[in-house]
Amino acid sequence: MKRIASLIMLVVVLAATLAACGAATPAASPAASTGAGAADTTAASPSPSVAATESLTASPLTEASPSTAASPSAMATQAAAAEATPGADATTTVTEDLPNVSGLNLGTVRIAYQGPLSGPQAQFGTTGLNGARLAVEQLGEEMGFQNIEIAQFDDQATESVGAANANTIAADQSIVCVVGHINSGVALAALPTYRDANLVMVSPANTNPRVTEEFDDTAYRLVGRDDVQGVVAADFVQNELNAQNVYVLHDQTAYGEGLATVFRDEMQERGINVSGFAGTQETAVFDAVLTPIQAANPDVIFFGGIYDRGGPFIQQLRERGIEAKVIGGDGLDAPDLAQLGGEAVVGTNYVTVSGPASAYQQAAQFTQDYQAANNTPAAYPAFQGYDSTKACLVAIANAATEANGTPTREQVKAAMEDLETYQGVTGQVTFDDEGDRSPATYYVFEVRSGDPANWGQNEVVGSIEAQPPEE
Amino acid sequence: MSTRQQTPARERLSLRQRIAGIVGQGYAAMVIVILYVLLASFWLISNPFSTIAYLVFLSSLLVIYYFPIATWAKVALGLLVLGVVMPYVGTLNQGFLDVVTQAAIFVALALGLNVVVGFAGLLDLGYVAFFAIGAYLWAIFSTPQAANIIPSLAQSFPLAGGWFFVFLILGVIAAAIFGVLLGLPVLRLRGDYLAIVTLGFGEVIRLLANNLNRPINITGGAQGITNIGQPPLFFAPVLDTLNINTSAGATYRMYFYVMALLIVLITIMVARRLNDSRVGRAWTAIREDETAAIAMGVPLVRMKLLAFAAGATFAGAMGVLYAAKLRFISPPTFDVVQSISILAMVILGGMGSIPGAVLGAALITLLNLRILPDFANQLVIWRRAGLPIPEGFDPVQYQRLFFGLVLIFMTIFRPEGLLPERRRRAELHDDEEQGSDEGLVQDDQNLVHPDVGLKS
Amino acid sequence: MAVKAQAQPMVSDRSSLGTLRQVLAPIGQILIFVIGGSLLLGTIVVMLALALQAGQANLLNGVVSVLPLVIIDGLVLGFLYATIALGYTLVYGVLEFINFAHGEIYMVGAFVGGGLGIWLASQGLLATMHPLIFVVIAVFVAMLASGLLAVGIERFAYRPLRGAPRLVPLISAIGVSLVLQDLVRLIAGPARFNLRYPTLNLGGRIPLFEMSTAAGTNLRVSIDNQSLIFIITSLLMLVALNYLINVTKLGKAIRAVAQDRPTASLMGINVNLIIALTFFVGGALGGGAGVLFGIKYSTVNPYIGFIAGLKAFTAAVLGGIGNITGAMVGGIVLGLLEAFVSTYLTLFTNGRLSGPDYASVASFLILIGILVFRPSGLLGEAATQKV
Repeated sequence: MKRIASLIMLVVVLAATLAACGAATPAASPAASTGAGAADTTAASPSPSVAATESLTASPLTEASPSTAASPSAMATQAAAAEATPGADATTTVTEDLPNVSGLNLGTVRIAYQGPLSGPQAQFGTTGLNGARLAVEQLGEEMGFQNIEIAQFDDQATESVGAANANTIAADQSIVCVVGHINSGVALAALPTYRDANLVMVSPANTNPRVTEEFDDTAYRLVGRDDVQGVVAADFVQNELNAQNVYVLHDQTAYGEGLATVFRDEMQERGINVSGFAGTQETAVFDAVLTPIQAANPDVIFFGGIYDRGGPFIQQLRERGIEAKVIGGDGLDAPDLAQLGGEAVVGTNYVTVSGPASAYQQAAQFTQDYQAANNTPAAYPAFQGYDSTKACLVAIANAATEANGTPTREQVKAAMEDLETYQGVTGQVTFDDEGDRSPATYYVFEVRSGDPANWGQNEVVGSIEAQPPEE
Repeated sequence: MSTRQQTPARERLSLRQRIAGIVGQGYAAMVIVILYVLLASFWLISNPFSTIAYLVFLSSLLVIYYFPIATWAKVALGLLVLGVVMPYVGTLNQGFLDVVTQAAIFVALALGLNVVVGFAGLLDLGYVAFFAIGAYLWAIFSTPQAANIIPSLAQSFPLAGGWFFVFLILGVIAAAIFGVLLGLPVLRLRGDYLAIVTLGFGEVIRLLANNLNRPINITGGAQGITNIGQPPLFFAPVLDTLNINTSAGATYRMYFYVMALLIVLITIMVARRLNDSRVGRAWTAIREDETAAIAMGVPLVRMKLLAFAAGATFAGAMGVLYAAKLRFISPPTFDVVQSISILAMVILGGMGSIPGAVLGAALITLLNLRILPDFANQLVIWRRAGLPIPEGFDPVQYQRLFFGLVLIFMTIFRPEGLLPERRRRAELHDDEEQGSDEGLVQDDQNLVHPDVGLKS
Repeated sequence: MAVKAQAQPMVSDRSSLGTLRQVLAPIGQILIFVIGGSLLLGTIVVMLALALQAGQANLLNGVVSVLPLVIIDGLVLGFLYATIALGYTLVYGVLEFINFAHGEIYMVGAFVGGGLGIWLASQGLLATMHPLIFVVIAVFVAMLASGLLAVGIERFAYRPLRGAPRLVPLISAIGVSLVLQDLVRLIAGPARFNLRYPTLNLGGRIPLFEMSTAAGTNLRVSIDNQSLIFIITSLLMLVALNYLINVTKLGKAIRAVAQDRPTASLMGINVNLIIALTFFVGGALGGGAGVLFGIKYSTVNPYIGFIAGLKAFTAAVLGGIGNITGAMVGGIVLGLLEAFVSTYLTLFTNGRLSGPDYASVASFLILIGILVFRPSGLLGEAATQKV
C-alpha cells in the first residue's frame, strides 16, 4: 500500500510540474510575441559575466561583446543630432525600396529567435532579441506583413539545449527563418537540424569561421570572422604599435583560443617574435601566467578571451608592474572590462566588428527607436539583431512574391541565397557565397576611461574593411 | 512485479488506501490504465505542440508501471506508447521526440551511475568522464581528427558510418577499461575519499579534452569536434519499398530515438540481471557492511572494480550515440555539473532502484528542456502583464539551486527516493520506527547503518 | 582519527613556556617545508633545464631568473589553499565528514568582505579609514558571517543526517554547495556577478632584488603588501587555531568529541554545541581566507569556491587530514607544486602544453598518489580503521 502513497506523491509532483508549465501554452510553447513593451530586458545595465569558473559553467564558444555603440551620453548626442537634422539619417531607411507583400494572404509567418535569454550571457541574448523585435514591428508593417511574429527560444548558451530547441523550431512549420545564436558552439550544434529542415539561420553574433564554412547554404552572419579579427589585430600591432616582441595568452575557450591562434600565426608570418603562447582557464588568480610574461618582457600582450577574465588579468598585470600594451578581440568590448579592471584597463586596445554608432549611417534612428521601446540604450548585438531579422523579412517577402502566397522554407532559403544587398543599420549588407558579410568593417578601439559609464568614449584608433578569406 | 512492491501487511487502512484498493484491482485497473493511455495519446495527437498534453502523455508510462495489471498488458501498453504513439507524435512535432531521445540518453546514464552508487554504494562524482570517453572515441575516429594520431593510416580516416556499431562496443570497452584504471588505485579507499578522487578524475578528463589539441591535435581542444559521423541508414531500401519518403534528418531522428530506447532497454535488462545475480548480492553486501562482506568471502576489490566498470560501460555506449546524434561535441558538455545532475537523477528516483533511476532521469531532463524554460516564458508573460515578479529571477538560470535543493531535501526527507528500492525502503523504514529521539548515543550504536563502510 | 594535537599528552604541561612552544611549533614545521619544498622543486627544474638545454638556448638562464618569482607565487597560492584546508581538516577531524560546502563558505566570506567594502565606499567611510583597519574589519565581519553560515548549514543540512550512512551527508553537502553558489548569484545579481573589491592603497610592492634575464634585462623581484598580509594573517590563524585546540577548555572538548562522541557526552560535554562550534571555527577560517583572497586578487565570483575547495581538500589530504599543521603544510606544498608546474611546463615545452591546466591535472594526480601510497598524508599518523 506504500506504493499507493508513492503514487499520490508522484501525482502531486506531476501536478506541480503541470502548474509550473503555466495555464496553457499550447501551440508553440516558447512564447511567441511581437510585443513592444519588452519590459523584461531592462537588464541591459551592462554586466553579467560569462562563464565564471573553469569547471562549472557550460559556456561553449562565446563571442560575447556588448558594446560601445551607445553609452547613455553618446546616445544623447546621437539622438540630438538626429533631431537637429531631420530627414538626414533618419529617413534614409524609409526611402529604401523594400519588397511589399500587402496584397498576399500569407497567414501567420514566424521568425524564430534563439539565443541565451537566461544565465550569465542573457544580456547579449535579450539585446539581440529586442533588436529583432523592433525590426519585426517597424518593417513588418512597412512591408505589408499582416501576421508576422517572433518566436523566442532560450538556448541557455548550452549546446544540448540549443539542439533540442532547434528540433522544436524545425517542427513548427510556421517558422521559416531563424535569427540566432550568440554562441558559435551552440550554433554548430543546432545547425545540422536547421539544415535538415531547410531553414536558414542569420546570426547576429557568431564570429567563429566554421559557422559559415561548414554550413554555407544554411548560415549567414552580420558580423565578421575571428580569422579576420586576428589579422586586423596583427596589422595594428605591427604597424601602429611597432611591436618587436609579443606574448599571446588565451582563455582556453573556443573563441579565445581560435582568435589567439590566428594572431600568433599571423605574427610569426610577419617575422615578429612571439615569445610565448599560453592558455589558462583560470578566472581569478593569474600569477602563474604572469610570471612567464614578466620573464619574457614583451612589448605587446595579446589576450584572446572574454572581458570577465580580461579585466582581472589586466588589473593583476599592472599590479605587477608590467607595462606592455594589451590588445584583444571583441571579447574585451564590454563596459564590464572597466568594471573589473578599473584604471588598469585604460590604454587597452580591442578589435571589434561592432563600430561606434556613428559608424553606421542608419544607426541614429535605430538607437532612438530602441531607446524608446526598451528604455535602455541600444548595444551590441541589437543592431545586428535588427539587421539579421531584416534579412529574414526581405527574404521571406521576396519568396512570398515569387510564390504568390505563403512561401515554403525552401523558397525562403533560395530567396536568401539570391538576396543581393540591403540597407541595414550596420551599413550596406551584402552576403558572399558562404554567407559571410562582404566586406565587413573592423575597428580597433582604445579604452579611454576606467569608469564603465564612460565606455562609450573609447576611441577608434583604426578601421579596416576586410573581405572574408577566400577558401 | 507488483507483488514485489508489497510491504508486510499493515492493518490500518486509510480512506486513501481503500480507494487505492478498489482502483488497484483486476479489470478496474486495466480499464483505467487503458483509458488513461488512450485519452492521453489522443490529446497529444490532437495538440502536438502542447507541453501539458505531452507531460500527461508521458505520465501514462508511470500509470502503466504503477497499476497492478498483468505484465503482458504493461509491456503491450508500453510498446503502444513508446513504439507507436510517440514516433507518430514525433512526425507532428520533432521537438517532443528529441526530448524523449535526450531523456533516454540520460536514463541510460542514470542507470549506469545507479549501478555504481545505488548497487555498490560507491559515490562517483566524475561519472560524466566515461560519457566523454565514449563520445570522444567516436568523434575522433569518425572525423579526420584520427589522422593526427595515426598519421600512417591517415587515408583510412574518417571511418565510414558503419563503424558506428563497432564503436558502440568499443565505447563500452574503453569506458570499462578507464573504469578499471581509475578504480584499481582508488577503490581501496573509503567512500568519501573515493568521491573526491572521482570528482578529480572527471575534471582531469575534461581538462585533457580541452588541452589535447597540442602538441598533437587529438581532441580538437576547446574548439570541439564537428561533423561527427552518423551510422548508415542500412534500412533505407526497406523504407523505399514501403514507399516512405522522409528526409534524412527525420529518418535519423527516428533512428536515434529507436536506438536510444533499445540501449535503455538493454541497460535496464542488464542492470536488473546484475542486481539479481551473485554479483549484485555481493554489491549489496559491500554496500551494507564492507567488513561483514569481507568476512563472508566477498572479493571486495574485484567486486568494486566490476561495479565501476559495469557502470562506466553504459555511459561509454551512450557517449558514442550522443556524439553521433549531436554531431558536435566540445569539452564544456562534460563538466562536473553534468556529473552532479546525473547523481541528482539517481538520488531523486531512489538509489539502487532501477525504475527510480528511469523516473529521476526523465523528470530532470523534462524539467531542464521543457518545464523550466516554459515556466520562465510564462513568468515573462506574467511580468509583462504587470505581476510583481522580480526582474532578475529566471528559473532556468538557477538549475544548480534546483539540483542542490533536490539533493538536500531528498537526503533529509525522503532518502529512499521517489521510487524506492524494496530493500532500502525497508531499511529506512526501520530507521523511522527506532530512531525517534535525537539522542547522541543513537549516532553510533542504535541505528541500522546500512551503508556505513568503516568507521573509526 | 581525531584532531591531532602536536603533542598529545599535554594535560599536565601547564607552564606558559610549554604552551608557547606547543602553539608556535607548527610555524617551524611550516618553515621547514617551505624551504625544503622550494629547494627540492628548484633543484628539479634546474636539473631538467640542464638536461633539456641542448634543445633550447638560454633555457637555464630563463629557468633560474624566474625561480624566485615562482616561489613567491607558489607561497601565496599555498597559503590560500592552506587557510581553506584548515576548515576542512577541523571538521573532518571531529566528524570524519568531508564538508563539501566548505569551498562555498569561503566564497561567501569573499562576497561578504567585498560587499562590506563596497558599502563602506558608498558611505564615504572607506576613504577616511586606514586600509589596514578595513582589512581587519572585513576579515572579522566575513569570519562571523561565514562561521554563522557554517553553523546554520550544519544545523539544517547535516545534523538531521548524523546517524545516516556515510555517503548521505556527503550528498547533502554537495547539494548545499550548489545551493550556495546560486543563492549568492541570485543575491549578488547580474551586476555583481563578478564582484570587484574597492581599491585599497596598501602601498606599493616591496622590491627584494633583481635577476638578470636571458634578454639582458633585469627582472625585478618584489612582493606586494597584499601577499604579505595574506601570509601573515593565515599564519596568525594557524597559531590561534592551535591555541584554541590545544590550550583552551573548548579545544579539549573538541578533541574529546573527536575521539569518542558517546563517551564525551557522558562526560557532560554538549556534543551538539561542540560540533556547532567546530563548524563555526572552520567556517570562520574559510571566510577569513575569502576576504584575504579578495583583497589580494581583487575580483571574486560565486564559482571561485568550488575548485579552490577541491584543491584545499587535496591539500588537507596531502598533509594528513585531521591534522591542523598538516593542512597548512599540505597547502603550501601543493601551492608550490602548482606554481612550478604551471610556469615551468609552459617554459619547458615552449608553450605547447598549457601549464596552468596541467597544474590542476598534476594536483589531482598527487591526490590519487597520496591516497594510494600514503593515505595518512605527509604529517599524519597511520590511521587504523576500527570496526
